Amino acid sequence: MTDPRPPAPRTMFEKIWAAHEILRHPSGPSLLYIDRDLIHEGSFHAFADLKRRGLAPRRPKQVFGIADHYVPTLGRRPEDAATPAIERMIRTFDANMGWGGVRHFGIGDPAQGIVHVVAPEQGITLPGLTIVCSDSHTSTQGALGAMAFGIGQSENAHVLATQTLWQMRPKTMRVTVEGRLGTGVTAKDVVLTLIARIGAAGAVGHAIEYAGPVVRNLSIEGRLTICNMSIEAAARLGMVAPDETTFRYLQGRLYGPDAQEWDGAVEKWQRLPSDEGAVFDREITLDGAAIAPMVTWGTSPDDAVPITGRVPDPAGMADDDKRKSAAKALEYMGLTPGTPLDGLPIDRVFLGSCTNARIEDLRAAAAVLRGRKAVVPAMVVPGSTRVRDQAEAEGLGAIFREAGFEWRHSGCSMCAAMNGDVVGRGERCASTSNRNFVGRQGPGARTHLLSPAMAAAAAITGRLTDVRRLMEDAP
Amino acid sequence: MKPFTRVTAPAVFVPGLNCDTDQIIPGRFIKADRAEGYDKFLFHDIRRDAAGELDPDFPLNRPGAEAAKILLVEDNFGCGSSREGAVYALADAGIRALIAPGFGDIFHSNALKNGLVPVRLPPETCAALADHLTDNPGAVITVDLEAGLVTLPGNLGSHDFSIPAFSREAILKGLDEIEMTMTHMDEIRAFETARIAANPWLGR
Ligand code: SF4
Repeated sequence: MTDPRPPAPRTMFEKIWAAHEILRHPSGPSLLYIDRDLIHEGSFHAFADLKRRGLAPRRPKQVFGIADHYVPTLGRRPEDAATPAIERMIRTFDANMGWGGVRHFGIGDPAQGIVHVVAPEQGITLPGLTIVCSDSHTSTQGALGAMAFGIGQSENAHVLATQTLWQMRPKTMRVTVEGRLGTGVTAKDVVLTLIARIGAAGAVGHAIEYAGPVVRNLSIEGRLTICNMSIEAAARLGMVAPDETTFRYLQGRLYGPDAQEWDGAVEKWQRLPSDEGAVFDREITLDGAAIAPMVTWGTSPDDAVPITGRVPDPAGMADDDKRKSAAKALEYMGLTPGTPLDGLPIDRVFLGSCTNARIEDLRAAAAVLRGRKAVVPAMVVPGSTRVRDQAEAEGLGAIFREAGFEWRHSGCSMCAAMNGDVVGRGERCASTSNRNFVGRQGPGARTHLLSPAMAAAAAITGRLTDVRRLMEDAP
Repeated sequence: MKPFTRVTAPAVFVPGLNCDTDQIIPGRFIKADRAEGYDKFLFHDIRRDAAGELDPDFPLNRPGAEAAKILLVEDNFGCGSSREGAVYALADAGIRALIAPGFGDIFHSNALKNGLVPVRLPPETCAALADHLTDNPGAVITVDLEAGLVTLPGNLGSHDFSIPAFSREAILKGLDEIEMTMTHMDEIRAFETARIAANPWLGR
């Protein structure tokens, strides 16, 4: 007899999970099929493991190698690397990709870039897929309606060997951003507001779905930025339901469905969004109109406040652990409680990373910079070589250069300082990246996270600056 | 992976809320070959002062701390970068178990894959243990994975803890997960064939 009740409404996450569950172990975890695995230079541990076992990547066509963490940004050859050890990382990567028969966007490839920028750009990331990468910011790619999450090297070896992964199912959380964003307020400010609200451990064990009118109105670039920083609230992943914006973005991309397959694929993708009435384990609502341009003052991404705010006073914090960690953060950051953030002098600006180095980010920064000059050292590191080429074609490269910015080649660069692009000890850097951790941009480096437009404003004034003021009196 | 059933060893409290994996091992070290040993990178920058000298106040730099096999840490330990080097650094330094109110997700799975046992205890219990270890560094703790029981020093008692049953089994027996998954290869292949047929671009 067929069940007369309609099927229970499901979240997008539950649908994608169910579509990839090969089996469930009696003790809990599910064996999930992994559609695509993305790897970068850090994967040498996983390759060493495979070789030790006498194995090779089982499904090389579902694996994509992208050189990003260690590549130099001043030149495009391995020998341009900052040190011989870094050069060796790049060469080992090339060798492993060749050995494994893996498609590979190496340094010098016209499609090279940061993995989370390149994968959407190339149509490697598609709605409904399971995508892993041994990088925590894989959550970025959920912006296209994929289930994309970061893994470690042991798990990476497991995926390469079997194209599967054992996973415990996370809980679900929906973050609804209502209303509209004000002028000068961007996706970066939305996600920093969320993290400040729920905390750096606020979404631990959860898969976040971002919804609501603000998210719907965002471009794919903006959605990628929001999903990127899900991990900074400790979420397992972030995702946005695919819609017309998604389909328009994806049509014709290289590794997606071809022209004949397109309509069928879209039809399937249209069934992915969470059903009406689907229940999430947690719901958070933000008012878009109340969000201001944000900036961080401390060493955890939840240490974020509106640019109109002040450095908080740890003495006023109720929680003992928080008070201690805030005091330590202020000491590291060289800040005094009560200092207004607007006007705080900075030493340099970094515009880059998988959070904010896509074409739209470069356009937003260039719009503020046009006809103005940076008064502190500043650099742009485009998220991919394609973004760089497009920015040149649109005349943005010229605007950056005329403003005195260094116009670099693509890679992770100063976001994680692994390629030798570092912020000096004690230097204060206004950065569009995602982590203000102690030492993240170099030993002793002091990072303030902000949006591309805010980074441009900081470059022009040499201080953290409310970009809305500069937008009012553009030259 | 070394099988783990029970460890009784001195413990040390390493404070720091949201201690991210960049603190556990700075990014510039993770290109090292594992065979070299990652222990020398553990907490590299935060255990040293600006001049690069070991800070005598950092808990793991205090006399006797080398014997510690168990660390008490604070909430959201191992958040941030997915670098498994953070687990390698702890494991190579002889750390067998960590106690905290909570861990970063990816760090937690990386730890399990390497037989480093992450023990979650309630925040109040961790706070009491932190006080105890601050007054009695090197106090002995027993982590019994078989029984799912951690025995704390002083009058702090014994507490149940659990890790995912699947990982528990693997760690107790020192099983290899890849080999175990390979026993399901027929199901994987059948699933895969259907999936690629429905999404042919995945196979190109
Ligand atoms: S840009 Fe930064 S956060 Fe993104 S993948 Fe590279 S190092 Fe990681």
